[in-house]
Amino acid sequence: MKKILILSTALTGLAFSAAAQELTVMSWGGAYGEAQTEAHVKPWSAASGFPAKMTDSDNPATPIKAMVEAGNVTIDVASIEYADAIRLCDEGMLEPIDIAALPAGADGTPAADDFLPGAVTECAVSTDIWSNVYAYDTTKFTGEVPTTAADFFDLEKFPGKRGLKKGAKAVLELALMADGVPAAEVYDVLSTPEGVDRAFAKLDTIKADVVWWEAGSQAPQLLADGEVVMTTAYNGRIFNAAIAENKPFQIVWDGQIYENEMYAIPKGAPNKGKALEFIAYATSTEGLRAQATYISYGPARKSALKEELLYKDGKTVMAPHLPTAPENMTNALETSAEFWVDRNEELNERFNAWLAQ
Amino acid sequence: MADVTAAPLTTADGRPLKAALAEAQSRARRRAFLLVAPLLAFVVLTFIIPIGQMLDRSFHHDGFSANAPATLEWFDANPAGTAPDEAAFAALAADMKAMKENKTAGEAGTRVNYTLPETRSLITKTARNADDLAPPFKEAFLAIDDRWDDAAVWQAMRSSASAYTADFYLSALDMERAEDGSIRRVEENGRIYIYLFVKTFVVSAVITVTCLLLAFPVAHLLATLPMAKANLLMILVLLPFWTSLLVRTTSWIVLLQGEGVINEFLVALGVISADGRLKMIYNQTGTIIVMTHVLLPFMILPLYSVMRVIPPSYARAARSLGATSWTTFRRIYLPQTLPGIGAGSLLVFILAVGYFITPALVGGADGQLISNLIDFHMKNSNWSMAAALSAMLLAGVLVLYWLYDRLIGIDNLKLG
Repeated sequence: MKKILILSTALTGLAFSAAAQELTVMSWGGAYGEAQTEAHVKPWSAASGFPAKMTDSDNPATPIKAMVEAGNVTIDVASIEYADAIRLCDEGMLEPIDIAALPAGADGTPAADDFLPGAVTECAVSTDIWSNVYAYDTTKFTGEVPTTAADFFDLEKFPGKRGLKKGAKAVLELALMADGVPAAEVYDVLSTPEGVDRAFAKLDTIKADVVWWEAGSQAPQLLADGEVVMTTAYNGRIFNAAIAENKPFQIVWDGQIYENEMYAIPKGAPNKGKALEFIAYATSTEGLRAQATYISYGPARKSALKEELLYKDGKTVMAPHLPTAPENMTNALETSAEFWVDRNEELNERFNAWLAQ
Repeated sequence: MADVTAAPLTTADGRPLKAALAEAQSRARRRAFLLVAPLLAFVVLTFIIPIGQMLDRSFHHDGFSANAPATLEWFDANPAGTAPDEAAFAALAADMKAMKENKTAGEAGTRVNYTLPETRSLITKTARNADDLAPPFKEAFLAIDDRWDDAAVWQAMRSSASAYTADFYLSALDMERAEDGSIRRVEENGRIYIYLFVKTFVVSAVITVTCLLLAFPVAHLLATLPMAKANLLMILVLLPFWTSLLVRTTSWIVLLQGEGVINEFLVALGVISADGRLKMIYNQTGTIIVMTHVLLPFMILPLYSVMRVIPPSYARAARSLGATSWTTFRRIYLPQTLPGIGAGSLLVFILAVGYFITPALVGGADGQLISNLIDFHMKNSNWSMAAALSAMLLAGVLVLYWLYDRLIGIDNLKLG
């Protein structure tokens, strides 16, 4: 069967084989893809003299399995979520990356000590720490404004439609935290059937008023259109709308759910050596700092946070906008990759069933 | 009578005519075959093989069976329900070491995880620590994770041990296997697929009927107007047809959303209050409105092509014989448009059943169709589940096609 698969995709492969002498990076598009293009792809290409280009996907982890199984890998580097990086690595879909091959921090700290815990896995290296937060339109609330995760679910105090990501991940956690579960216990509770019921019961309370979004760029759009008064979103997208486009959006950091975004190399990438060079460059202290000047996702190296970071406009200080800023971390939860690698199917199936009811 | 033997007919060069004819015919057949060979190869490569692969995936997943040969042997030697002994753990340990070596623990774990959640990390974690596995094996396994003592885990591995399984079809029918291997329906809050299949067919039927009601007068108008005017109108029909699907869908979002053009207009007119804005998008209504518009040309075009060639004299004859206009329409005109109605309806219905981008964009929570779940499983790399759902959808459409053939006859189909 595998042979036939290879055969049937060989024809398609012919069309692409001519373009092998170019590094292809796949990311999420929008403000985020742009940040990686400007901070990593273009400067690396200029410094190394090797052509490189960026392509977009709704989720770059999705095509990797298809490409590797068909033996027709057309991308060299993919920017993927942490749980996907673990899962694909376990399935042998990614090239291993040796932490010793990564450069030491700008201050000389070896990479193994410089990266934050968990930021380098067997097959992937963190490009930033991003977060699921919720944000509201400041013009819609006079007087009291939402400040806690619970406020997101409080339709009496803050009436109006809510935007929520369509999927179980990060939504169930938010529901539990809003229901009073401390961040440290969220995954323990969610591991029990009662905990799952509790999360869905909490979601039931706002279900009729929810507008569901899927692509990251939809969330700020729903907010800007006045379709919702508050929405969950990737924090960088809200930052981009608020700072670069002057939208009256305010992020609520209470109950934020953060995780590492990872650069990885699909198994059999056409330019594997160059891909490794690219990742070493992009995840160096300077590379991580450069990305953080374009979008408010935190660098995962200690050395990258030592000096003050400024947004590309040259005046906005980035530190308070990063998920890793201490004042934003008072009630924060790190996504458990292990939990979602295991339960993704089951909980999303339940989520879909709940959604359709 | 036996004496009369006709000399066999021969060609000019003396060969038997029958053989020469057969040769000439087979040459012609070969040439004809060579002419269609490129298309045949194309269809086989891009259509038959992928569909075959898809069907194969829906009941074949060797993620565990191909990577755990020793454990499989133990399962074969011991009947279901046997508590795992030291030999079982030893076999599993050997497999774990091989999995670590070949990086196949993820694949194996994924397969078992479909049967029992949370076994994926159990297997990958154990494989990662496979170097610690030394006799006595049972203790070594329990030291890594105490779930290895759980009979359910072993039962899950046993049911994953065959590369061929109906489990994906069971899941697609909202059923599951209990611990003792019997089949039961899943808990009520997990049932979704049957509901969505029914909903997909109902929504598609509603869209087909709406399309027919809207398209019939338009097609009739197009067919009866003078050519110059008809062509102008035809461009209006075709223009949206040529516009990108995404552009059309997004413009509907602009029109229908809460703060959109239609709502703003109605509020300005005072028909509805600012708080009572109509919910026309991000729900089933939105799905039906937008899909009806997107699929309308597929109904208009076959109808138009059939109506254009209906001679007006039949209707005139009916009228002159005293039929009312309604009777003329019902008994003379409508039956003649049936091939167009059939073709258009079948086309719209089959397209609607498999549509996913429009419901994904404007469907919100309750406007999702089965295709959106197939997409969901594709994205989550559960291709087997996606394949099982697709195969069921394919079967459903084939049944409808067969019904259509029985009721109306596929010969009557007229696409243009």
